Amino acid sequence: MLQLFLEQALNGLQFGLMLFLLAAGLTLVFGIMDMINLSHGSLYMGGAYLAAAAVERTGSFALGVLGAVAGMIVVGALLERLVLRRFYQRDHLAQVLATFALILIANETVRIVWGPQPVMLNAPEALSGPVEVFGFSYPAYRLLIIGVGLGVAALLYVLVAKTRVGMWVRAGAANREMTEAMGVNVPRLFTAIFALGAALCAVAGALLGPLLAVQVGMGENILILAFVVIVIGGIGSIRGALVGALLVGGVDTLGRALLPTLLRSLASNEVASNLGPALASILIYALMAAVLFWKPQGLFPARA
Amino acid sequence: MHNALRAAALAACLAALPALAADKVKVGFVSTLSGPGAGLGVDIRDGFQLAMKHLGGKLGGLPAEVIVADDQQSPDTTKQVADRFVKKDKVDFMTGIVFSNLMLAVGKPVFDSKTFYISANAGPSQLAGADCNPFFFNVAWQNDNLHEAVGKYVQDQGLKNVILVAPNYPGGKDAMTGFKRFYKGHVADEIYTKLGQLDYAAELAQVRAAKPDALFFFLPGGMGINFVKQFVAAGLSKDVRLFAPGFSADEDVIKAVGAPMLGLFNSSHWAHDLDNAQNKRFVTDFRKEYGRTPSLYASQGYDAALLMDAAVRDSKGRLDDKAAVRKALEAAKFQSVRGAFRFNANHYPVQDYYLRLIRTDAEGRVTNKLMGTIFSKHADAYVGECKMK
Amino acid sequence: MKRIAEPALLAAALVLPFVLGATGNEFYVGVATRILIFALAATALNFIVGYGGMVAFGHAAFFGLGAYTVAILMNHGITAAWLTWPAAAAVAAVASLGVGLISLRTRGVYFIMITLAFAQMLFYLVVSLKAYGGDDGLPLASRSALPALDLADDLHFYFAVVALLAAALALFARIDAARFGRALAGIRQNETRMEALGYPVFRLKLACFVIGGAVAGLAGALMANQTGLASPNLLYWTQSGMLLVMVILGGVGSRYGGLLGALVLLGLEEWLAAITEHSALWVGVALLLVASFAPRGIAGLLAGRRNG
Repeated sequence: MLQLFLEQALNGLQFGLMLFLLAAGLTLVFGIMDMINLSHGSLYMGGAYLAAAAVERTGSFALGVLGAVAGMIVVGALLERLVLRRFYQRDHLAQVLATFALILIANETVRIVWGPQPVMLNAPEALSGPVEVFGFSYPAYRLLIIGVGLGVAALLYVLVAKTRVGMWVRAGAANREMTEAMGVNVPRLFTAIFALGAALCAVAGALLGPLLAVQVGMGENILILAFVVIVIGGIGSIRGALVGALLVGGVDTLGRALLPTLLRSLASNEVASNLGPALASILIYALMAAVLFWKPQGLFPARA
Repeated sequence: MHNALRAAALAACLAALPALAADKVKVGFVSTLSGPGAGLGVDIRDGFQLAMKHLGGKLGGLPAEVIVADDQQSPDTTKQVADRFVKKDKVDFMTGIVFSNLMLAVGKPVFDSKTFYISANAGPSQLAGADCNPFFFNVAWQNDNLHEAVGKYVQDQGLKNVILVAPNYPGGKDAMTGFKRFYKGHVADEIYTKLGQLDYAAELAQVRAAKPDALFFFLPGGMGINFVKQFVAAGLSKDVRLFAPGFSADEDVIKAVGAPMLGLFNSSHWAHDLDNAQNKRFVTDFRKEYGRTPSLYASQGYDAALLMDAAVRDSKGRLDDKAAVRKALEAAKFQSVRGAFRFNANHYPVQDYYLRLIRTDAEGRVTNKLMGTIFSKHADAYVGECKMK
Repeated sequence: MKRIAEPALLAAALVLPFVLGATGNEFYVGVATRILIFALAATALNFIVGYGGMVAFGHAAFFGLGAYTVAILMNHGITAAWLTWPAAAAVAAVASLGVGLISLRTRGVYFIMITLAFAQMLFYLVVSLKAYGGDDGLPLASRSALPALDLADDLHFYFAVVALLAAALALFARIDAARFGRALAGIRQNETRMEALGYPVFRLKLACFVIGGAVAGLAGALMANQTGLASPNLLYWTQSGMLLVMVILGGVGSRYGGLLGALVLLGLEEWLAAITEHSALWVGVALLLVASFAPRGIAGLLAGRRNG
């Protein structure tokens, strides 16, 4: 029983950390540029596809991830400078329209280049088996994900809390006008933030690709969860994104693991297995609504 | 746009006349061509297209127009496509749907429009029993069948403690029912996953905790690929024997997963090494045309076209005479790649089911080998409930 | 200009199916019906977003609930349209009342997110109802029954939809001209001032939200009839996004914003799909261009000056 709980806890941690990678970029863009970016999930999709292509070309998973990151940094920076920059001063409606359009364009472009069928992305050979942890076998690859997720979280912390660039980012999240007034090159900062977000999405996409499927439209489902995370955590706060992501990841895994078992005693297997994940999802959104109602700034408000 | 106009006008004229031979056959092919289930739809389509090539682009001697559409594995899209096929393109035959939930979503309107649906895959129990319909024919199998065969095999192997995994949709439910019809041992757990789910970490943890002897899983397409990969990654392949119907153990999954599939016993109504002339030609030409070994899905697509060909031929092209076409379909006088073929009273096949094993063949490829027969001339369990004459 | 346009628009709508029929394109009557149903849903959303000034990102939930109401009632043997269609609107109204009561206490971005959250909750609730189809949705055995018409006939159904859309547009026009509409306009421009003036701002906004929700529910009832299926996808956030896109495309706050948006977006999709396999790409590009260069949407382009 303890073993089951530990294994599920690790699963929740793994999912939560990947959500964090997506949420971190999104929260910065939303918090600092006040921009609703619906196409954030498409950056994640782009990362997965580039990783698959790079792995096929080079045969190395590590190079695949790096290739995806490099590629998406370029894509992200270009997207920001050429398209998104025009919409910072516009109202949220215009941003919704524009970024919704970008989702359509991204999905179709990927379909044109790679076709409608999912693309193969495999975990590295060395990590496709189990390792012994806490007395049971756990997939090595998922441990890698956890490791990378924690590493990136640590890097982000150092970047944001300990460097000058990080200070500008925090200042921008707290008060954009003041930051501008203080002489920070805000346009370049914004491009950098967006590119960073794209890089984080690329890592998440590349890492999750082998577990899920690299397919058109893979960004939309995870994007909505990322929005939930940043609302719970606090728009503009990376610490909030981490806490929110772990919370959401935990509840989601709980819903898929524990709830069906609990519900089985009340209803048939089929009904319980349908109800469990649905209830878990409802719980996540209820949590989001509750936070919005009582603490609209989230658990860790970034704005001063 | 103008072709459709002309065709519609022509069809209108033809409908007004007494049943004369049509001058062409229209087939509406709708299948899952995107998303994790795409491998199946693409295979069915490729098998169908190969048959059309072998038939010279004709069905029953008449030139054939095949309209291909993607259902995106969504009931809304499937419905819209079916609507278009029936109302705009006015097709004579429809085929291609992979997933039973989609089949059930569009069944009634298609049948009500008196369009013949030749299923090259989806074989829900509902349409085999109480809801059987004169306009529905399934050239593949009834959903339960392949799972029944695995159930019998696992029972005969004497395995005592089994966990079942299937997606929560009509096909998955039929799978569990079918397996349990012939497996009489202890079912430790029945795990229903979400259709389209790709991450099985939670379910695999449950499996580990339950410590079964064997695990039977039905997860077609991308779902199965991910499941097997994650099953092996979790280290469960050491302690738990894996069994599956042919759906989760055919070329599409083998190509994606590779060596970890070796040693998997599975059931099927068809094998690429079945020894008959039609099958040899099919497999050889499929490999030449598409550069891969056909899966059972491709064989079904191929047979669907051959069935349509026989139906048009035997009804002398009088496609408006629905009774004649139905009779021709029921007679099913075509050479299936399975060998002999015949329909039961509910328009589902009566056929043999085989045991296959995934091994490395003489050329070093990881692929299925035909091992033996599990069921001979096996009918589905629902034919008794069908009230069709 | 508007005086000429309105009767012309209505005449065009009434004549369209006969033109289609004469050219052998009866199938497209169904396509036109679908576009007009979305136009109704988008018009309802436009009332909330454009007139009420509330950016709601969960409108699809009320749309979908309307569809499910009709489907569930039909499942239990109730097919009369004069019963089930108002029921659909009522269910949607109750839901929007609940959502509005809580959401309207928030502002701006938070309002957007909380309406999104509630819509998703309703989506998962519907998905969890295995008895009513779950993920696969609930099929309708037939179209709803209206005494004078045979709604199973696409032509009759089309006219029913046109009538309802015209009625809704007329209703919103009346509201706009009435005191309620004036109050909403004031709230849209400066909420604090209206509050200071003594207007029950919260109640007015809530009323606007509920009316928009109810009309969306009616549109959902029509949608279920059109496709013959009440699908959970009708409630998913991307559907809310699409409705919002239609409103923005058409022109937020303009009288025909919803209609124009639905016509252009869905019409463009349909037209392009016949020419190319990659219609979504060009639709996306078109939307991006409109977002960049036509801030008041298509209505803005046509009129050159903002309505109301």
